Amino acid sequence: MKNELAMVLSASELSVQFGSRKILHNTGFDALQPGQLTALIGPNAAGKSTLFRTIAGLIKSRGGKVMLGGQDLSTLSTKIRLQRVCFMPQFFTANAALSVFDVVLMAQKQLSGWRVNEADMTAVAQNLHAAGIGHLADANIGELSGGQAQMVSVCQALTRRADVYLFDEPTSALDLRHQLDVMDRIRTAMRERNAIGMVALHDLNLAARYADHLVLIGAGKILNQGPPDHVLSDPLIAQTYDVAIETSSGPRKELNVHAYA
Amino acid sequence: MVVHGHPAFLILKVEFMADVGSDHRQTVTTLVSNYQYRSLKRWLLLLATIGILCIMVVIDIMTGPASLSFSEVIRVILNPPDATPQQRVIIWDLRMPIALMAICIGAMLGVAGAEMQTILNNSLADPFTLGLSSAASFGAALAITLQWSIIPGAGIFLVTGNAFAMAMLTSLALYGFTRLRGVTPETMILVGIAMLFTFNALLALLQYGASELELSQIIFWQLGSLARASWGKVLTCVIVLAIVVPYFMSRSWSLTALRMGEDKAASLGVNVSFLRLSVLAGVSLLAAVAVSFVGAVAFVGLVGPHIARIVVGEDQRGFLPFSALAGALIMSGTSIASKAITPGVIYPIGMITSLIGIPFFISLILSQRQRHWQ
Repeated sequence: MKNELAMVLSASELSVQFGSRKILHNTGFDALQPGQLTALIGPNAAGKSTLFRTIAGLIKSRGGKVMLGGQDLSTLSTKIRLQRVCFMPQFFTANAALSVFDVVLMAQKQLSGWRVNEADMTAVAQNLHAAGIGHLADANIGELSGGQAQMVSVCQALTRRADVYLFDEPTSALDLRHQLDVMDRIRTAMRERNAIGMVALHDLNLAARYADHLVLIGAGKILNQGPPDHVLSDPLIAQTYDVAIETSSGPRKELNVHAYA
Repeated sequence: MVVHGHPAFLILKVEFMADVGSDHRQTVTTLVSNYQYRSLKRWLLLLATIGILCIMVVIDIMTGPASLSFSEVIRVILNPPDATPQQRVIIWDLRMPIALMAICIGAMLGVAGAEMQTILNNSLADPFTLGLSSAASFGAALAITLQWSIIPGAGIFLVTGNAFAMAMLTSLALYGFTRLRGVTPETMILVGIAMLFTFNALLALLQYGASELELSQIIFWQLGSLARASWGKVLTCVIVLAIVVPYFMSRSWSLTALRMGEDKAASLGVNVSFLRLSVLAGVSLLAAVAVSFVGAVAFVGLVGPHIARIVVGEDQRGFLPFSALAGALIMSGTSIASKAITPGVIYPIGMITSLIGIPFFISLILSQRQRHWQ
């Protein structure tokens, strides 16, 4: 139990640049607790995807470190690191002749072993069913709509067993109902697995509704972090997005965010 | 802390909602059995294809000036001491190496094309379109006209050795381009085509200065022929296949993941650049050996994988074996056709693969509802 309490994710002094273009400027965030969902919010090109990639180890930071449960993640090999940190990129090429079942099975098998046993197949089928895409199991990913492909991608990520889950805009192509479903599924999974979840979101209302914690990033720097009502009511968020922001309490006591140009 | 086993929330849902739970279990069972059915179908298809391939080999051995019956061929293959010396020479020394060579070369080109398409994420990629075959032709022409050897001390393997070396050098150059940042698959194909034209131009230059005898040798080499088959070459092909294919098989999930894009594969833990380098090395070896043994055989490396893609999809556990089998079937059919079209004449196989393969290929594309290669 003591061990679990210590399993927090934090980052400090991360700096990333591509050529002369600086993406992250010597920035980091405080400890994120297991079982909680954090929304990473910020305008376009603020460095959200880059931050995720740096945490996952797909991009190397110049200095600084990402700590998970007292361990510096840079001491792990990329392969091991990606087994502990599951990152779902925003896009994938969906023109391959691969079935949805195969795509999820690939995550279940952790990319090794030709033999697929009963337990693997059952786990994949359960995950597909739970994600509400059981009817697409035999479809080729090339035939899916953008929203369906996104749900497959989330299902694939949740099939993997990791300590940290990073979702890069998992709801951008989804209708209202599926946005709520996917966010609910991600939050529930984080609670059940006692894992650390981070979701990059553009929809502040969705962030306010589902996240336990918000991290605001703008121009390559973490500008604010804390509970949703704290971050969303701070004037910093209006500055960062360059809009006027008002919050109110919705009909079901949820926090609503309104933006005005 | 990594949690193993089923997601706990699923089990909870099943317990709390008994009627929904049984519905849920039923759906899961259906999904599993659907998948098992598709896997079984793939296995049966694999066995059937191997069966057809065996029959093709026998037909290939039957076909030729001295005609042999199906049962004769089977008897001589299964029970060599029983055969007459004449039958033994025709079947074991002359026709068997050709028939087996056709299968090996077809499988090599099929696998090479399949994995080249996978690592370059471009379904137009194959050893031919990327200029490897032209490079091999140029290497062979260098040996024929100038007796220049790229590998020192190649001796009797001068032509084959040169063809092999040029193909390997070209694939290294190709890899250099993939390493350049921002090179898209489209650019890769363009670079490949640039190489194709470069080597064709160099080849033309050599042909221009060549004597008539040399010229006919070059043309004959380019058109492709299985007549140069021997047991030694068959063995070489088998060894190369036995080295490269198990490696590709061990990387099958990673290669499948690569089809979802570099980014997705990397996030799943695939070391994309190492995978590309190692697979390109394997592909080059396959293609270079195949092309240096039989000459520039067009389209097998392109069409074989496309047939496999249409039949079993791009999960490498099916795609890889079926690409090999499709390539082998095409080459075996070509070998039969090259002897059967005009009795007594053996046509160059390069011509046949294009002339027979392409209409078949186009009809496959037209009958295809999905478009996986766009």
